[in-house]
Amino acid sequence: MSAATQDTAIRTGRVTRTLIYLILLLFALFYMLPLYVMVVNSVKPLNEITGGGMMNLPQVFTLEPWAKAWSSAQIGVEPTGLQPYFWNSIKMVVPAVAISTILGALNGYVLTKWRFRGDTILFGLMLFACFIPFQIVLIPMARMLGLMGLAGTTWGLVLVHVVYGIGFTTLYFRNYYAVFPTELIRAAQIDGAGFFQIFWRILLPSSGPIAVVSIIWQFTNIWNDFLFGASFAGADSQPMTVALNNLVQSSTGVKEYNVHFAGAILAALPTLLVYIVAGRYFVRGLMAGSVKG
Amino acid sequence: MGFLDIDHTTKSYGAIEVLHNVDISVEEGEFLVLVGPSGCGKSTLLNMIAGLEDITSGEIRIKDKVMNGVHPSKRNIAMVFQSYALYPNMTVGQNITFGLEMHGTPKPERQKAMKDVAELLQIEQLLDRKPGALSGGQRQRVAMGRALVRNPDVFLFDEPLSNLDAKLRVDMRTEIKKLHQKLGTTIVYVTHDQIEAMTLSTRIAVMYGGYVQQLGTPQEIYDSPANVFVATFMGSPAMNVVPAKVAMEGGKPVAVVALHDDSTVSLPFSQNNMAGWDGRDIMLGIRPETITDEDAADRNSSNIARMTNRIVVTEPAGSDTFVTMTLGGKDVIARMRSDADVRPGANFPFAVNMEKAVAFDPETEMRIVP
Ligand SMILES: Nc1ncnc2c1ncn2[C@@H]1O[C@H](COP(=O)(O)OP(=O)(O)O)[C@@H](O)[C@H]1O
Ligand SMILES: [Mg+2]
Repeated sequence: MSAATQDTAIRTGRVTRTLIYLILLLFALFYMLPLYVMVVNSVKPLNEITGGGMMNLPQVFTLEPWAKAWSSAQIGVEPTGLQPYFWNSIKMVVPAVAISTILGALNGYVLTKWRFRGDTILFGLMLFACFIPFQIVLIPMARMLGLMGLAGTTWGLVLVHVVYGIGFTTLYFRNYYAVFPTELIRAAQIDGAGFFQIFWRILLPSSGPIAVVSIIWQFTNIWNDFLFGASFAGADSQPMTVALNNLVQSSTGVKEYNVHFAGAILAALPTLLVYIVAGRYFVRGLMAGSVKG
Repeated sequence: MGFLDIDHTTKSYGAIEVLHNVDISVEEGEFLVLVGPSGCGKSTLLNMIAGLEDITSGEIRIKDKVMNGVHPSKRNIAMVFQSYALYPNMTVGQNITFGLEMHGTPKPERQKAMKDVAELLQIEQLLDRKPGALSGGQRQRVAMGRALVRNPDVFLFDEPLSNLDAKLRVDMRTEIKKLHQKLGTTIVYVTHDQIEAMTLSTRIAVMYGGYVQQLGTPQEIYDSPANVFVATFMGSPAMNVVPAKVAMEGGKPVAVVALHDDSTVSLPFSQNNMAGWDGRDIMLGIRPETITDEDAADRNSSNIARMTNRIVVTEPAGSDTFVTMTLGGKDVIARMRSDADVRPGANFPFAVNMEKAVAFDPETEMRIVP
């Protein structure tokens, strides 16, 4: 009896298991295929690609396309490479992520630990902000940015992304702080800590996991955003995604596919890096609300 | 005026009043325990003293200063929470001195105060650890250290022992009592555990349904409970409360109680005023330890009544044996010596110390005061 249950519960047949692994392996390969194509073609001379054989490994290995994509490729009309736009993106993403995360944390703190009349309605409205489609706000937002004198600037983009991100970051931090013991806040109040002291000294030091979630989420979304970048950025504040599009769309001369591949990888690299560095904490942070630590 | 006055205080959440006209005056150095079942409003009252909940009406004063609306940190109180509420990101030392830091005490003084408290509570070797690396008992000590270091006027404890296992709970109970005797501080202590209340307190407020049912010394509460609720809540096993009828025998009032069969027994009252209840129904309260065998009956009692009744169940518990019988149609428990010769199903001659028995009005459930 017990042997039988153990068999069915824990051990599956060898054949089944092999089959499962085989299927998983196939899926994994399938998902890796685009990355493979991008990587191998970004280190080939152009003639190897135009001659056909996209799937082949390079016969001549070269980093030329990478160098060109970074520093000398034609973006629109200027032969600057992606480099200046990379820094544009950084200048936009870092403050936008930092500000939206800090505001989200403060909102979460107030919504859970300093309850006030109408707080659930307010939170509901903020949640609602997560579901407003980008397209709807394009024109009003352009007008607002113009009125504020931020049209075409990096800070204009930062503002747009903060406004859009705050619904999500608030949601994360609110749910995280909802299970944070209120007795700790009360103890700190009795100890004489004020509103911000409680936030900085008690709450934030315990917010690592959810801060990572918020940062990764915001970073990927803002870095990958194309629509706001294309709509609101000026010539000298265009982010990486818009520049990549311009690189690929450049109509002069031959299409340098190897440079395009290299550029695309360059554009994706920061988000990849963030996942590799902090991905473990991402899952942990998402779980933190459900499993009380 | 006491040291801590809770003066006709009520608390409402919206339209619902959860504390009704609470009026308690605590003297300096007193150990007041608020005891009652879950949801009776103990924590709410404690939080109102602490300033964590506001006061709907009435006044709370500490050292004659009105505390209504005063911020918790300005009341010179300290609180120990049920979950200990230690700051998880700080070391034990930082936990203990955080309050002093927030009040602007200079660092050398903080360090000295921390050392003194750590020595008092024997937690010196834990000062550099984080709360996560402590056992339940150690956390409890640190939480007390954090309260003690502030040298407050009033200590507030909210069920501080209920997260500990049984053995540790008893040890810490003794320790808190020692600490109180040594420091002579004023304490308000919340618990749902009546044994904790009896052992620790100098006075007890028994609460139920948002009312203070009775305020008195442990002895008063135990011997002269104000009503049926207090009588049955305090004491373990609970006081037996059985229906009885008052009659006069030989000019003295007796309680007539049904035995396991349809026969009755007459238990003479020590309270002569029960004569006024002649012919009426009452509820008779008898503590389990006042029902014994003849040999174990209290020799100092002037009023031992006898009754022979059938034993239903016996439960040996080491030092005592609990015997269940049917009296007045109810299960009644007697607390016997462990070597008493009791067997289920047998008829046994019990001795009841009627000097300790109390009577309640069945309509109001209030004790009939002699
Ligand atoms: N924030 C609140 N809003 C509404 N009712 C509350 C609130 N806090 C406590 N209560 C009610 O007040 C009563 C007393 O609660 P509490 O003081 O926590 O009880 P105890 O500590 O004795 O178990 C309970 O009936 C509870 O439901
Ligand atoms: Mg409580």
